[in-house]
Amino acid sequence: MTAVATSTSQPVAARSWFGRHRGNLGLHTAIVILMIIWLIPTIGLLLNSFRSAADVNNSGWWTALFPPYDFSFNNYASVINQNGIGAAFINSLFISIPATIIPIFVAAFAAYAFSWMEFPGRNLLFVAVVGLLVVPLQTTLIPILRLYAGLHIHLGPIQIDGLNGQFLAVWLAHTGYGLPFAVYLLRNFMGSLPREVFESAAIDGASPVTSFFRLAIPMSVPAIAALAIFQFLFVWNDLLVSLVYIGLSNAANLPLTATIANLVNQFGGGWELLGAAAFMSMALPLVVFFTLQRYFVRGIVGGSVKG
Amino acid sequence: MDPRLITAIIVVVGVPGVLVGYIWGTEQLLRIFPERAKPRIRPWLWLAPAFAFLGLFLVYPTIGTIIRSFFSRFELNQKFIGFDNYIWFFTSSDALNALKNNLLWLVFLTLFTVALGLLVATLVDRVRYESAAKSVIFLPLAISMVAASVIWYFMYAYKTPGEQQIGTLNGALGVAGVGPVPWIQTDTLSLNTFMLIIIMTWMWTGFGMVIISAALKGINPELLEAARVDGATEWQVFRGIVFPLLVPTLAVVSTTMVITALKTFDIVYTLTNGQFGTQVVANLMIHEMFTGFGDFGKASALAVILLLAIVPIMGFNIRQFRAQEAVR
Repeated sequence: MTAVATSTSQPVAARSWFGRHRGNLGLHTAIVILMIIWLIPTIGLLLNSFRSAADVNNSGWWTALFPPYDFSFNNYASVINQNGIGAAFINSLFISIPATIIPIFVAAFAAYAFSWMEFPGRNLLFVAVVGLLVVPLQTTLIPILRLYAGLHIHLGPIQIDGLNGQFLAVWLAHTGYGLPFAVYLLRNFMGSLPREVFESAAIDGASPVTSFFRLAIPMSVPAIAALAIFQFLFVWNDLLVSLVYIGLSNAANLPLTATIANLVNQFGGGWELLGAAAFMSMALPLVVFFTLQRYFVRGIVGGSVKG
Repeated sequence: MDPRLITAIIVVVGVPGVLVGYIWGTEQLLRIFPERAKPRIRPWLWLAPAFAFLGLFLVYPTIGTIIRSFFSRFELNQKFIGFDNYIWFFTSSDALNALKNNLLWLVFLTLFTVALGLLVATLVDRVRYESAAKSVIFLPLAISMVAASVIWYFMYAYKTPGEQQIGTLNGALGVAGVGPVPWIQTDTLSLNTFMLIIIMTWMWTGFGMVIISAALKGINPELLEAARVDGATEWQVFRGIVFPLLVPTLAVVSTTMVITALKTFDIVYTLTNGQFGTQVVANLMIHEMFTGFGDFGKASALAVILLLAIVPIMGFNIRQFRAQEAVR
């Protein structure tokens, strides 16, 4: 960390300066050291996920950097087939996709109304919706758990005896939890679209439904993309919600996060398998991250009030 | 075919269909009303789905939890017990330990992420490989805290002295000639809680960095150039101009981190489940809900305590953010 201190206390020239000079060695050293520190934990687990149980338990991952090399996909193969990680991956998809789509639609309707319709109490209601960002998920768990348990619907093919353990329970809950942020983000974006566009559409006789689907939605694609990525990662990475609403009643429906967390407690010795499982759970977020980083960053910067 | 796949397809295609159909249906419904009444009714029909979800999943359960926190544990024969659940919180050693740990999380996670985020954002602003460096620091934020816990298990892994160490930190200590430390099991000076806080710092520094970096880019470069021309050193420019302009941004990042620290759950649940003196309020709540017959009264009181701690901070956060938006 001394390298960091010296580089900030010394005069460092502005960006254009670098075009003509070699640059400040202390600065570069500090940044490269930080990058290495940030990467080491992940690299260690990645190497271990390709090593045999005996290797993982008897020598550090760094020994695998030197010959003889002995890497294999065995951990991935056995974790997919034997430890239910393959099924949990599918569960995570089943949970995340609807739990991303539903709140975006619901929030888009509300955001459009808040942006381009006149009604009494508009600002007050919007502040109230944003104010719900303060509610920690923990405050909602018990009443919803009991509400789900008491839900009995018998209507022809629809036979519901308690929602706990079902994907539907998690889809609905995530929709509710994601809405304050989703409405906030979309309303800020839709509200900043040019007024003339909507006014001239109305003069030409377009109904609000037409304006919404033909104008507001296509023009809001950047905000919707940011929101979709954000909500998808939030649901995909969530542990608490699935643990509470699915966990006890139906372990077969648990997503990757909860399955891995439970394996950590049971395994004791089988950490080489957990490495493979963890990387499977990281695969989709990393793809999303590398392909859509721009939108992801925009979502974070635009939504730094999400609790 | 897996019946769940069929369900999923129905949901993915059907739910948007139903929602679009709903909005289209409201317009048909509005036809029966006179022209003048339409604009007054329409907004409420567009808001109805959102308000239904918010009411059912946030407003109603929050009120329910507050009421439930004043009642005894058993679902049958519930008794009103006043503030007993809260008195338990402030007298039981488990709960007080969780409170102490949450305070450690609050102070140090916030301090570490804001300081490191500011440092990284300022440093990488001056180099050409800025976006690559930022990606590396930002990456952990995309993965789950459960995956981060597994990743860091191999940083902290401990074997008894004499055995070959498999954990990165203990391996490094060995090279330096120092004996291994059981990082996760040692609660002397809350060492293990600090080790868990470091995992979250690794994850969330990128968050602070991205927001602070965006604010840095927003500072007028002519302002800095003028100071440099006047002979100010780079440190003076940072101290006198950049830092004061960043204060509102740092406040937003800090409050977000305080809230994240208060709600800490995943990492503690995965790595220790509250053992070795690392308990936190959110994990204690899950413990109260699902251990033995469960005590929803105490669990509710714990949730209300989290709510009471978060509300003022979040209020400040939203106000700060709106003020900042207004300036832009």
